[in-house]
Amino acid sequence: MPGVEGYMYPNEVSLYWSVLIVLYPYITGLVAGAFILASLERIFHVEAVKPTYRLALLTALAFLLVAPLPLQLHLGHPERSYEMYLTPHRTSAMAMFGFVYLWYLMAVLVVEIWLDFRADIVALSQTTTGWRRLMYRILTLGSTDVSERALHIDERVGWFVTLIGIPSAFLLHGYVGFIFGSIKANPWWSSPLMPVVFIFSAMVSGIAAVMLVYMAMMRLRREPIDMRCVDKIAQYMMYIFVIDFSLEMLDLVHRIYEADESFRSLNFMVHTKLWFSQVILQICIGTIVPISLIALVQIVKFSEKWRKAIYVVSGSLTLIGVLAMRWNVVIGGQLFSKSFLGYTTYKIALVTREGLLVSIGLMILPLVILAVLVKILPPWPEKSAVSLPAPSVGD
Amino acid sequence: MSVFRNAGHLFRLAAVFVVGTVAFLVIRAAVVPRSFGEYGHYRGAAISEIASLPLHFAGHQTCETCHTDIAKMKSAGMHAHVNCEACHGPLEKHVKDPSIDPGKPDAAVLCVRCHAASAARPKWFPQVDPAQHSGGIACTTCHNPHNPVIAAGGSK
Repeated sequence: MPGVEGYMYPNEVSLYWSVLIVLYPYITGLVAGAFILASLERIFHVEAVKPTYRLALLTALAFLLVAPLPLQLHLGHPERSYEMYLTPHRTSAMAMFGFVYLWYLMAVLVVEIWLDFRADIVALSQTTTGWRRLMYRILTLGSTDVSERALHIDERVGWFVTLIGIPSAFLLHGYVGFIFGSIKANPWWSSPLMPVVFIFSAMVSGIAAVMLVYMAMMRLRREPIDMRCVDKIAQYMMYIFVIDFSLEMLDLVHRIYEADESFRSLNFMVHTKLWFSQVILQICIGTIVPISLIALVQIVKFSEKWRKAIYVVSGSLTLIGVLAMRWNVVIGGQLFSKSFLGYTTYKIALVTREGLLVSIGLMILPLVILAVLVKILPPWPEKSAVSLPAPSVGD
Repeated sequence: MSVFRNAGHLFRLAAVFVVGTVAFLVIRAAVVPRSFGEYGHYRGAAISEIASLPLHFAGHQTCETCHTDIAKMKSAGMHAHVNCEACHGPLEKHVKDPSIDPGKPDAAVLCVRCHAASAARPKWFPQVDPAQHSGGIACTTCHNPHNPVIAAGGSK
């Protein structure tokens, strides 16, 4: 049989989870990471990253809106998916995740964005005309109270929402790792470290994405990049990346030392089918190179121009590396036989519902949504400082 | 109350959530079938709906009430645990009206489904290369499908 080596059980020859299931944890990871970056400023008072705070929230929302799409495209009957909310099975992790997603979207992200942008929304509802005015008026929910006290309340409530948001973001992405880590029949996935590794790699990818989006947007707007801010972001990215890499290596060392009955088969797979995507792309190019580059910036004094270039390169490599990690987990876990005697091949289709073109579209879509969100809710300081009318008392 | 002064917008936001939750509960009550959860995590009425579907299979006990000779022969052979309708197909119509002839299965197609040689089958299971074994002659020429081992007196 083409693409099959050794002995495969008949139901293992074709993969059930395609590239879309690779994208799903990747996208949710970007959401969680972007939110954690936003919370750095809000909860941990890292003032340097403030310029990216609002952008990080909007990035998280843009990616979160797209996160369920790969799953919907993968489902045989997507029109039935809403039933998960109507009659959820309490023992199903996937069913419960629907509520985690909804909680994170509605109770955390939308509320936090609304509270943070409320003053701008009120101002825009009074300075715009036509359908934009109507849209902003709806977004104000009929309240134009932007008095000092009201904004102070928003600040306090927003802080509390972010505080709840951090464990929620962990839950959101920890679930994805949990789903894989709890599959005891698959030795490539079954590891209690899986949710932790997923969370840390999510933080790394989300931070890298926001850093790149911020740099790109500043360039598009022909504005100077706040180097203090990107220096700090890159630094945090490196710290978290080191933890993430250590955890991944801990998992690897543990597997090698434990060397259970699956080890020979998995070891062979890593040295053959996953050699490029795991060893070269994920570990070398996608992890060691970006960590080393950012570490170098901490040691050697580079000019601003060089630092920018290093951050763009290391941020891009990080995103590629984390995507490769998702690929190696999802696809790698389906390439070997449970008999440990055979291997199959995954050939990505081009123009199918679960093909390459759809995947590329799904990765572009959040950026389009982000562009629209940035247009509706400008995260830039000078835009937020639109002249507000005299604070009204009450609503 | 002074505590809630300038917090009106939060109540409006809370109201949106309350309206959303109430709408969800109303839709849920309207959409989820009444019998859902009656016996388990499924629609209880589905059982009676499925029960009312027309029958296709009669079951081997029904066949054996009339075809006692075949049942006796079959019970002594290797096919004792193969159900009648596994080879003959659904026979409920024949049971309702015995004048309906269900016809005989095509042995050339049927037997090889289980007995064509395949590495995936257990070694003890009787399997042959049909072309080599019978040269195109129908299996039933030599074997009686109800007791197929020739040495056991199952030959035709």
